[in-house]
Order: sequence, then structure tokens, then C-alpha cells
Amino acid sequence: MSGTDNLVTTDDATDVVVADEAVKRRLGWGFWLCIGWIVLMIILAFLAPYLSIKDPNANFIDMSGKGRPPYGPSMDHWFGTDKDARDIFSRTLYGARISLTVGFVAIAFGLLVGGTLGILAGYFRGWFDRIISFVFVILLSFPSLVLAIMLTSLIERSLLTISLVLGVLSIAPVGRLARASTLQYADREFVTAARQIGATNRRIILRELLPNVVIPMGALALLGMAVAIVAEGGLAFLGLSVEKGITWGSLIQLGSEGSTTLQKSPWIAFFPIFVLFFTVLALNFAGDRLRTYLDVKESAL
Amino acid sequence: MAGTGKAHLRPEGEALLRVEDLVVEFPVGRTGLKVNAVTGISFDVLRGETLGIVGESGCGKSTTGRAIMQLPRPTSGSIVFDGQDLTKLDKEAMRAARTKVQMIFQDPISSLNPRRKVRDIVMEPLSIWKRGTKQEQAAAVDKVLEEVGIDPQRAAESLPHQFSGGQCQRISIARSLVLDPRMIICDEPVSALDVSVQAQVLNLLEDLKKAYGLTLIFIAHDLAVVKNISDRVAVMYLGKFCEIGASDDLYARPAHPYTKVLLDSIPVPDPNATVGKVAVEGEPPSPVSPPSGCRFNPRCPNASDRCRREEPILREIEPGHFVACHHPLFGGEAPVSVRSA
Amino acid sequence: MSDNVETELLLEISDLKTHFRTPRGTVRAVDGVSLTLERGKALGIVGESGSGKTILSRSIMGLLPRSGVIREGSVKFRGQEILGKSTKEMQSVWGREMAMIFQDPMTSLNPVMKVGRQIAEPLMLHLGMNKAEARQTAEKLLRDVRIPEATRRLDQYPHELSGGMRQRVMIAIALACGPTLLFADEPTTALDVTVQAQILELINEQRRDRNMSLILVTHDLGVVAGFTDEIAVMYGGKLVEKAPTKVLFERMKMPYTEALLESIPRLDQPSHSRLAVIPGRPPDLVNPPQGCRFAPRCAYVRDRCLTEEPQLTAAETPGHVYACHYPVGSPEYHERRVELSKVSTVVGGSI
Ligand SMILES: Nc1ncnc2c1ncn2[C@@H]1O[C@H](COP(=O)(O)OP(=O)(O)OP(=O)(O)O)[C@@H](O)[C@H]1O
Ligand SMILES: Nc1ncnc2c1ncn2[C@@H]1O[C@H](COP(=O)(O)OP(=O)(O)OP(=O)(O)O)[C@@H](O)[C@H]1O
Ligand code: SF4
Ligand code: SF4
Ligand SMILES: [Mg+2]
Ligand SMILES: [Mg+2]
Repeated sequence: MSGTDNLVTTDDATDVVVADEAVKRRLGWGFWLCIGWIVLMIILAFLAPYLSIKDPNANFIDMSGKGRPPYGPSMDHWFGTDKDARDIFSRTLYGARISLTVGFVAIAFGLLVGGTLGILAGYFRGWFDRIISFVFVILLSFPSLVLAIMLTSLIERSLLTISLVLGVLSIAPVGRLARASTLQYADREFVTAARQIGATNRRIILRELLPNVVIPMGALALLGMAVAIVAEGGLAFLGLSVEKGITWGSLIQLGSEGSTTLQKSPWIAFFPIFVLFFTVLALNFAGDRLRTYLDVKESAL
Repeated sequence: MAGTGKAHLRPEGEALLRVEDLVVEFPVGRTGLKVNAVTGISFDVLRGETLGIVGESGCGKSTTGRAIMQLPRPTSGSIVFDGQDLTKLDKEAMRAARTKVQMIFQDPISSLNPRRKVRDIVMEPLSIWKRGTKQEQAAAVDKVLEEVGIDPQRAAESLPHQFSGGQCQRISIARSLVLDPRMIICDEPVSALDVSVQAQVLNLLEDLKKAYGLTLIFIAHDLAVVKNISDRVAVMYLGKFCEIGASDDLYARPAHPYTKVLLDSIPVPDPNATVGKVAVEGEPPSPVSPPSGCRFNPRCPNASDRCRREEPILREIEPGHFVACHHPLFGGEAPVSVRSA
Repeated sequence: MSDNVETELLLEISDLKTHFRTPRGTVRAVDGVSLTLERGKALGIVGESGSGKTILSRSIMGLLPRSGVIREGSVKFRGQEILGKSTKEMQSVWGREMAMIFQDPMTSLNPVMKVGRQIAEPLMLHLGMNKAEARQTAEKLLRDVRIPEATRRLDQYPHELSGGMRQRVMIAIALACGPTLLFADEPTTALDVTVQAQILELINEQRRDRNMSLILVTHDLGVVAGFTDEIAVMYGGKLVEKAPTKVLFERMKMPYTEALLESIPRLDQPSHSRLAVIPGRPPDLVNPPQGCRFAPRCAYVRDRCLTEEPQLTAAETPGHVYACHYPVGSPEYHERRVELSKVSTVVGGSI
């Protein structure tokens, strides 16, 4: 029981590690199922041109007397065809390419711009914060669909521009979250501790704050991607989405064109809706799980 | 502004740190009012000495500690550390000076980044200052981790929340030691710890102080803890020093009524001690509008008209024992000051 | 002090267990505690953080989370079993018979309700007072807890009061319906020393005036020393020693109690005195060690401690029980003590 003895009391912390793993397990199979679905979609979308599936733009007019397209689901066309006899299954996969890209680019843009602004505002405070917060408030008080319609009707609607428009819409929510979590961490003593060992602002933001702020933003990114995909669908419905190419939105729009399409050949819209729905659901669910998981971990700190 | 006196400062050159007329104010929202967190205090710390600062919550202890580190820069006053006035340094020079003074905080867990490996946290100061090669840095980190009783292997694999509070405080201490500082400011380093763990950390600080030849400023609200570790103790009330002296003297014979009140208020772990006497009524007033004259006068049993009018100045009542009070418990009435006449 | 009062057994707890089901496994927060408390007496519960003090007091009151809790054993209040009672049945007990003061007065007061209403509410609910009577009683209670300008304070919100004043309001709320048993869970930890002294004195005075029993939960041995009749020491979810306050400080039997007392820096020691330490840290309550739970940290541990769990044993003094195979004062204790003093002089010199 001497002084030197006291210095070396290395006791065990395995119990805490166990707790940590238990929390990890508690993300649950639902979370992993969702992630599985999302990953599957991404892989299929990415590989679509290399898979031996039907050409999404070819017209498979049936000459054997089935009559005029659209054709319902069959062994030949799993999801059926549309009224131009194009294969819905392959169109849905090709649609994933653009829809997922739009979702991804939009939220990446939001994270980059909104996240950076939010972190800087939260860290430096003062007048910069006041200006940025004001801009966020303004952006948030525009009805976002109206803003999107306004912007998209003015520009040439390419994949990039549509993504960016949706990205602009995500700046404010992402930025607000980034600012809030930066504020929460910037007052913690480990930031003061870093400053007092001589770390520069840049280093504090990149090394101390970013790793903490990135994780709640990751959860938001999943939710944001879902929102962007749905928003693209909304724009497509109004005929304001990407002009060239297939998106889930445009498929659904085609499937519900006119007053009778939906009743007579529901599969045209059904399958794209089904895939869109599950993808958005998976993104939402995974994002939500991640957020609760982080809350639990945070409270354990 | 009436300072609280500088009679207690020792000859220049002997002291590693010399703080004069330190003032720190914070604005209250945009009301134009200000919090007088620290109002004109002066003190010095000799090489190898431990200065304890005690006082109730909100009296400005942490603000004093942080002001030395220029976090944030004080409103006015000078802080001479090792011959250099820290308040006059530009940003870059101050950054370099910070390596010589380090700080340890109250909450051991929140002062470590929750998402970085413990060993990297301790390595960070070295990598900021690019001291030595990667191997040398690693060796230095492992050495200091061993010294505070943390297994370097586990530190390399674990995040802070996988350690207990006491261990996290050891890790903070290790981080503050790697740059080989001259002085460490400890802001309530054991307040969040259990008694059994508190004793481990106090003993560790005492040992490291000897091993590294450190000078310490030890801030706490627990008088017994401060007494245990300090050579000299300063008692603070509402942004001012009331009394400063060698710790054994000050505790044995407090001269300031507030010090006496503090000592009498501590519940002692002894069932035979007299209890039931409430040492003082009321609570500390707000530092936004401190009382005039002596700041303790609304609660002081000895308060007189003079106390409400005139601010007491620190003066020596026995060798090395200074008090800022017109009517101290011993040492005689304060001479009528020229300034107030 | 209660010699002239007829003693009445107010609380009788036997083998109380409170376990939490968590993803890590079952947390045995309170693991078989037995206690009794007489009317008018003050019992202190001390122990390190996580030893189960808070859970024990909440378990007695029946204030636990609704799910994932296993609560077994028996809690008799005035001879009546209250462990199995439903929340609805307990509502007539809470406030009227038992009340609790919490650690943090800021979070336990409702920030958007005026102080007066917060005190009056239980009066109207439990005692059936009308609004005017309740307000009048509230004002009197505020005066009882020495809040200056009580009338004006009734219409203030908690944030307009200082920390000490808020804790006084909490006490007033707890006292409102005249409970017979008051729980105070670290009532002064959030307060300054000078205010702490005032609050402790206030609680003590109210207890005497109203012939209430008090269960004071704290980690500060100084606080319990002056304000309790008896002290219970908890370690790892178990009661390891219980004795009249004086006896505990003078003739403690548990090496843990002794170590706890020795590790506190004391005002009567010169500065730079070396502190005794308890190495390691408290046990994990999911997998507590076999045998004595303190064994991994105990300086007096022997083989028997590792396998056989010590049971509560009566000491010479009435009312003093402890759970240890080699208590302070036993031959084995002395033998080890001599060995230890030799070791520490050798190693201590080499620092
Ligand atoms: N950044 C700030 N802005 C405004 N007021 C502040 C700030 N920091 C501290 N204060 C105020 O300055 C006063 C002194 O605070 P300080 O933290 O130095 O007290 P302390 O003695 O360390 O108290 P504690 O024991 O509670 O840590 C308090 O009234 C506090 O509210
Ligand atoms: N709801 C809960 N679920 C799981 N475990 C719990 C829960 N509440 C408390 N515990 C555990 O029960 C044990 C006892 O907790 P308790 O709050 O009684 O400790 P304490 O002695 O009051 O400590 P402190 O001094 O820190 O207040 C702790 O290990 C704690 O982690
Ligand atoms: S100066 Fe006066 S009011 Fe202040 S502490 Fe001394 S006696 Fe009390
Ligand atoms: S039973 Fe053994 S290990 Fe437990 S306290 Fe007693 S001597 Fe120590
Ligand atoms: Mg402080
Ligand atoms: Mg507790």
C-alpha cells in the first residue's frame, strides 16, 4: 500500500467493453436488413449495364397474339412491360441509377455545404453564426417543393442540376444539425484541453469536433437521402425531373398517366413504387435506428 | 479601481508566475451589464510550490485559472510567467507559451474526446508540436502512461468511456505531462471522483510533482483536499482574495471571517464534533452587482460601517499570512487607508 | 434524544433485492439488504458511487422504472407490507407517509410552475384543502424552511431563486403533507459548503420538530457523522456494516469502512500527509466477485474471503452488524496489519 503501488492500479475495464458490444448488437437485425437492402440496390444499380437483363429502351412487342402492350408480369418480363412494351424490371434497375445518384449527390452536397457552414458557425459563434443562422432560417421558411419547382422550371434539367437543387434544399436542415452538435461539443472540456495544448482552430475542427459531429450527421444523411429520392419522385410527377434517362419517379409517373392506366395495368406503376417505397423505408429506418443507437451511446458517456 | 493589494507578492525573479491586478469580466447578454468574475486579484507562485485556491461556487476560481492560460484573455492585468507577460503575447507566441503551462479539468470524461483512442489523445500535444520522430513520441507517451498507471497497450485500443472516472483523470494528467510543462493548473481535478479514487489521484499528483519538478495551482471547493496538497492557500470570495497564507497556518488560525465561516461549515467525519451551529446565513450575492466596500459585508458577523464603505486591502498579519479585512479575527484592525480618506 | 419517546418500528426491510435487466445482463443494484428503522431516528446510507444507495432508497419507496426491474423481498412500513402494492395504492403513501428530497433542486422542480402552486398541489390532492387554505399553508411552510419574504416567493418561478433557496422549496414540498419518513438523496451535493450547513441543519430541525424518520443518502461521511443516529455502509449492492453513528466511527468492523474513512483528506492532518488509498474500483454488479465482494480491493483478504461470502454478524455493541471474516480487531487483522506496515516502510522509502 505504498505510494508507488498506488500509481499502478491498472484495473479491468472489460465490463465496459462488453456493454459497448451489447449496444452494438442492439442496432438489431432490422437495421442490418435495411442496410442489406440499400446495399443490394446500390450494387444492382451500379451493375445494371453489365447484368444480362433486357435493354431498358427496347420495345418487346409480342407478335404471338397477346395483343397490344402493356403486358402483365410473365416469365419473360418479371415486372411486366409498359405501354411501349419496355421491360419494367430492367427499367426499374436503370431507374435506381439516377434516383440513387440524385439522392446521394443531393445529400453529399448538403453535407458539404450545410455541414461546413454549420460547423464553422457553431465553432466561431459571433457575427458569422448570426448571419449563417439567419440564412438557414430563411431557407427553411420557403416551402421546399415550391422552391424546387421554381428552380427546376428555370434550368436545364440534367442529373447534376436536379441533384444540386435538391442538395440546396438540404443545406439548412443539415447545417442546423451540424451547428447544434458543434455547439454541444465545442463547450466540452476536451476542446478547451486541445486549445490549451496549442492546437490551431483548423486542427480542433478537423480532429476534435468533426469525428463527433460526423456521426449524428451520418444518421441524418440517411434520412436526407430518403427525402431527396422522394422529392425527385415528386418532381418527376410534375414532369420536372431529369429530362433524359429513367428515374423511379418518371416510371411511376408513366404508370399513372391518364385516368385509366393505373386501373388497367397497375403493375407499371406498382413495381417501381414498391422498390422506391422499400428503399426509402430502409433509409428512414436505418437512419432512425442509428440515431437512437447514438443517443444511447451518448448517454453512456 | 481599488485593487485587493499586493503586499503579499514576493520579490520578482523568485516567482515562476506573477499575476497582478487580474480583472476578468463577462458581458451579461446584451444588457450592457457585466459579470465581475474576477476583480483585481494579484498572486504569485514560486518554483516548485503548490498554490491552492478555494472558495464557493461562482467565486471565480476557474476563471482565474483559465485567465492564466488566456482562455479567454483577461479584461486587464498582467500575468508574468517565467519572465514573459502572457497578456502581451500575440496568438502564435501564446500558442507556444501554452506548452509550458498545462491545465487539468474537473470532468475527467468530458475533457477527453469520446471518439479518439486514449493513446492518440495523449500523443496529440506531441504531434501538434512535432516533438521528435514518431518512435520517440510513442516512447514518450508510453512512458508517461506507465507513470500514471495506465497500460499503454490498452490505451492504444480503447476509447475514453472504456475507462473509469479515476482512470480518465489519470489520462488527462498524462496528456498534460507529455510536453514536459513547468506548471500545471488543476481545476477541481478530484471533485467528480469518489473518495477512494480521489486519494489515488491526489497521491499521484504529489508524486509526479516531485518527479517532474512541477509547480501547481490547485483549484477546489473542498478545503480538506486543498489543505492536503497545497503549500500556500488563497481563499476567494466573489472575485477577490480574502486571505492567503501557508496552508497549515491558515487552517489552524484563520484571520478572515469568511475563512472561518468556510471552515466551520465543513461537516467533519467525526460524530463528536459539535454540529448544529450554522456558521453563516444567506448565500453569496450575484457577481453582476457586488456589494460595495468589502464584498463579504452583507453576510459578515463583524461587519461595520467602514466595511460597507471602504474596500479592505491585503496586508500581512504574521509572516507569510495576509488578510483583506478591516476587523480580522486576529492581527489587529486595519490601519485607516490614505486612499479612502 | 428519543429516550422518553416510546420506540415504534417504522420500517422493516428484509432481504430486499432490486435487479435491473439490461442487455449486458442482470444488474444486481441492491442484493439482499435487511434494515430496520425506528420512528424519529435518522439513518445514513453511505458508500461509493454505484454501490446502490439511490436504488435502495427508491426501492423502499417503490419509485422505480416500470419495466425491466425485479424487486423481491419484503418492505414493511408500520407493520404493513408495501412491496407488492400497486402504484395506485402507493399514491396514498407517497407524500403523506413518505417523501423524498432529490439531489438537484433545479431538475426536480417544475420550471414553468410557480413555487406556491408546486407546494399547494400536494396539499389539495392529499389533504383535500381548498385553494386558499393550501396557499396559506404553503406560505407557512416557506416560512418554516426559512425563506425570506415568503409571501412574495409564492409567486416566483424556480429559476428566480438561488440554489439553496430551491432546495428549501423542495424540502417544503416534501414536508407539506407531514410525512413520517423523509428520504434525502444527496440533498446538499449540488450546494456550497456554507449553504450545505444551513440545509442540513434545517432538515435536522424539521425532523426533530415533526418526529419524522430520516434516511439520508450521501457519499460524504462528514455529512452523516453529524446528522444521523445510525449509519448503513453499502458496498456493491450489499449492506456490509450498520451501527450507531458513534460506534461506526470509533469501532468499525469492516476493513472497507476503515479504508473509506482513512482515504478522506482531513482538516486536522498537516498538509502533504500521504492519503491511504483503496486500490482498484467497485465491483461490476452484473458479475460480482464470488465470496466477499470487497475481496479484490481488501488489504486483509485471505483465501476464505474469495470463496465464502461473509454473512451479517452481530458485534458486541447492540445494533452493530457487519459482514466480514476478518474484521478490524481480529487476530488475522492485526497480523496482516503488522506485515503491511513493514512493507510500506520499505517501498515507501524508495519513491
Ligand atoms: N463564459 C462566461 N460568460 C459569462 N459568465 C461567466 C462565464 N464564465 C464564468 N462566468 C461567471 O463568472 C463567475 C465566476 O465563474 P467561475 O467559473 O470562475 O467560478 P468558480 O469559482 O470556478 O465556480 P465553480 O466552483 O462552480 O466551478 C460566475 O458568476 C460565472 O457565472
Ligand atoms: N435503470 C437502471 N438500469 C440498470 N442499471 C441501473 C439502473 N439504475 C441504476 N443502475 C445501476 O445500479 C447500481 C446502483 O446505482 P445507484 O444509483 O443506487 O448508486 P448510488 O450508490 O446511488 O451511486 P451515486 O453515489 O453515484 O449516486 C449502479 O451500478 C447503476 O449503474
Ligand atoms: S472587512 Fe468587514 S465585512 Fe469584510 S470580512 Fe472584514 S469585518 Fe467582515
Ligand atoms: S471478508 Fe475478507 S475480503 Fe471481505 S472485507 Fe473482510 S477481510 Fe476483507
Ligand atoms: Mg470552476
Ligand atoms: Mg445516488
